[in-house]
Amino acid sequence: MAYNLKEVVATRPSRFSEGHKMCAGCGAPPVARMVLRALKPEDHAVIANATGCMEVSTFTYPYTSWTDSYIHTAFENAGSTLSGVEAAYKSLKKQGKLQEDTHTKFIAFGGDGGTYDIGLQSLSGALERGHDLTYVCYDNGAYMNTGIQRSSATPKFADTTTSPAGKVIPGKAQERKDLTEIMVSHHLPYVAQSIAMTNFKDLYEKSEKAIYTEGPTFLNVLAPCPRGWGYATEDLMQINKLAADTCYWPLYEVENGVYKITYKPAKKLPVEEFLKPQKRFKHMFKPGNEWMIEEFQRIVDKRWNELLELEELTNKEQ
Amino acid sequence: MSIRERLSGNEAAATAMKQINPDVVAAFPITPSTEIPQYFSTFVSNGAVDTEFVAVESEHSAMSACIGAEAAGARAMTATSANGLSFMWEMIYIASSLRLPIVMSLVNRAVSGPLNIHNDHSDAMGVRDAGWIMLFSESNQEAYDNLLMAHRIAEHKDVLLPLMVCQDGFITSHSIETIELLEDDKVKEFVGTYKPEHYLLNSKEPISMGPLDLQGYLFEHKAQQSQAMKNAKKVILEVAEEFEKLTGRKYGLFEEYKLDDADVAIVCMNSTAGTTKFVVDELRKKGIKAGLLKVRVFRPFPAEEIAKALANVKAVAVLDKSDSLNGAGGALFTDVTSGMYVNNIHVPTVSYIYGIGGRDTKTDDIEKVYNDLLEIVETGKIDNPYRHLGLRTKGAEK
Ligand SMILES: Cc1ncc(C[n+]2csc(CCOP(=O)(O)OP(=O)(O)O)c2C)c(N)n1
Repeated sequence: MAYNLKEVVATRPSRFSEGHKMCAGCGAPPVARMVLRALKPEDHAVIANATGCMEVSTFTYPYTSWTDSYIHTAFENAGSTLSGVEAAYKSLKKQGKLQEDTHTKFIAFGGDGGTYDIGLQSLSGALERGHDLTYVCYDNGAYMNTGIQRSSATPKFADTTTSPAGKVIPGKAQERKDLTEIMVSHHLPYVAQSIAMTNFKDLYEKSEKAIYTEGPTFLNVLAPCPRGWGYATEDLMQINKLAADTCYWPLYEVENGVYKITYKPAKKLPVEEFLKPQKRFKHMFKPGNEWMIEEFQRIVDKRWNELLELEELTNKEQ
Repeated sequence: MSIRERLSGNEAAATAMKQINPDVVAAFPITPSTEIPQYFSTFVSNGAVDTEFVAVESEHSAMSACIGAEAAGARAMTATSANGLSFMWEMIYIASSLRLPIVMSLVNRAVSGPLNIHNDHSDAMGVRDAGWIMLFSESNQEAYDNLLMAHRIAEHKDVLLPLMVCQDGFITSHSIETIELLEDDKVKEFVGTYKPEHYLLNSKEPISMGPLDLQGYLFEHKAQQSQAMKNAKKVILEVAEEFEKLTGRKYGLFEEYKLDDADVAIVCMNSTAGTTKFVVDELRKKGIKAGLLKVRVFRPFPAEEIAKALANVKAVAVLDKSDSLNGAGGALFTDVTSGMYVNNIHVPTVSYIYGIGGRDTKTDDIEKVYNDLLEIVETGKIDNPYRHLGLRTKGAEK
């Protein structure tokens, strides 16, 4: 892929315009902006968005931040709503009923609540049916729009408003669900996990691949939340970097079943460094709670080692 | 000219859909409407239609996909019953608020619980305030005809609302009747093509749909929906007039059967009207002036027209095939009586809940209602305005 990312950013106007109402330091807007930047300028897109922070702060009547066509219907159904749009496109195109014979791409955005939890069925159905669309989950690890309630993407021990760290229960009791792997199990042509990091190269390239691979594709992008995670707004990029450098959020892609880890930190940092700057993990650093950090590290390591093995295994098979 | 065929209600609905040839159909199986997507996928498999059939994983997704498709600029249709409609409920409201003229075939069945697969109208009654146009069908023929008229009504620029055509589960959906079909080309010409003004797939004019709509605007948007529903009444009649010219079959907001000079009248919907007509004829033979008002258009509700049509009757029974469980009477009863009150028409009127969960409603039952009405006329006493017809437990009466 010969391209100059700097040039792309400089010359392609943003398709997600400024003036939206998302919080300073929120990880989601850079994700939306970068994913859409991967669209060829001549292509039109229809975007479906699940209810959540992104939707309510980018499309409050009568203002919209979206320069492409955009539809929000409800919380749990970005997958099925976009299925309908894509089916309409196929049908109208086949019948010669589309006056503008543009190339249209279909992209869904959903938070982890709208994707891992309430929207999992609709997402799974859309992908299984093979619609030509890309679903992007911006995973901020909780239901942020309604005030930081735990989701199945919330990491173990995190303090949320429905898994509060109390005297008896130390935050969320369960490990997070590995949605990316569930998506891989759908045997999709392209599944990837990414993050908005350094120059966004990883996210840009994966978005382009996802959008321009025919068939259903899925991107899971970590998108920190300053209010839910408890970090200073200016630290967003630092938190993202730590998520990747500790291997808490491995960056990888699975193309037709073949794994490729796209970022292997030169020095894998202890997960403490990712946890420490976040208030939601504050209780883990109290004396006597060292076991929690150790357990968290074990979970991260186990997952990372599994990925390394999967990479080796699926590349050997080729 | 037209074709006579023996079809079940579901076949009639599927045939109408085939002739309409929508761009997208998204549906999920549920008794008694399952056959509709089954027949329809056969049409798709055999290339008889141009439709993309989306075999969704749930009814919530069926309605979501219809919304996506219709918003994209396509004609989208679906079919469901009972719990399927309940599961769509959230999206039913969203479809109408986005002003998407989606057309649904609703084969009425009792909503759980407990689980029951037979006919009553509790599914439809659960969405009566959702902003959908609701047409009811006495017979297979009417289910077919109503579907042919559906898009012309729903897509009219003064309306732009989704529409559901109801028919009774099993009673019509699975009963074979000889009906008259229109030729394919005539249907095509009558239904016309869908030309939305704004749609997602128009790359020349990208649009955003489905905003967060707060205190500053939602009220006005709802008032627009309300106005569209009022406008629908006129459009329904105009389309019916055109349809009559084409087929000779006449449709109004409701059908009056021997109501002109009636002393006692029943108001009901769907297949029970057929049974009632038979009883009316029998009673007329005995010199009893019985009449029927069969509601075809339940939403928009023709409150004034119905009230006026009942003005000269001496007693009315409104039959609801769904109990509102409100301690006061069925939904149709409430609508009819409030229409009378507002129009200053005061006829003794009683509510009958009947046929719940597919309980058979026989001619004897209907005759009993007329006899009750005659008694009300004679004594001037209503006693209990909220009654159950065909209920075994006597205790529930009082
Ligand atoms: C059916 C339904 N249930 C609950 C809600 C309330 N609700 C709106 S957004 C939201 C949470 C969204 O969380 P997520 O998907 O993680 O996105 P985020 O807000 O974190 O960006 C909830 C619970 C809703 N709108 N619809």
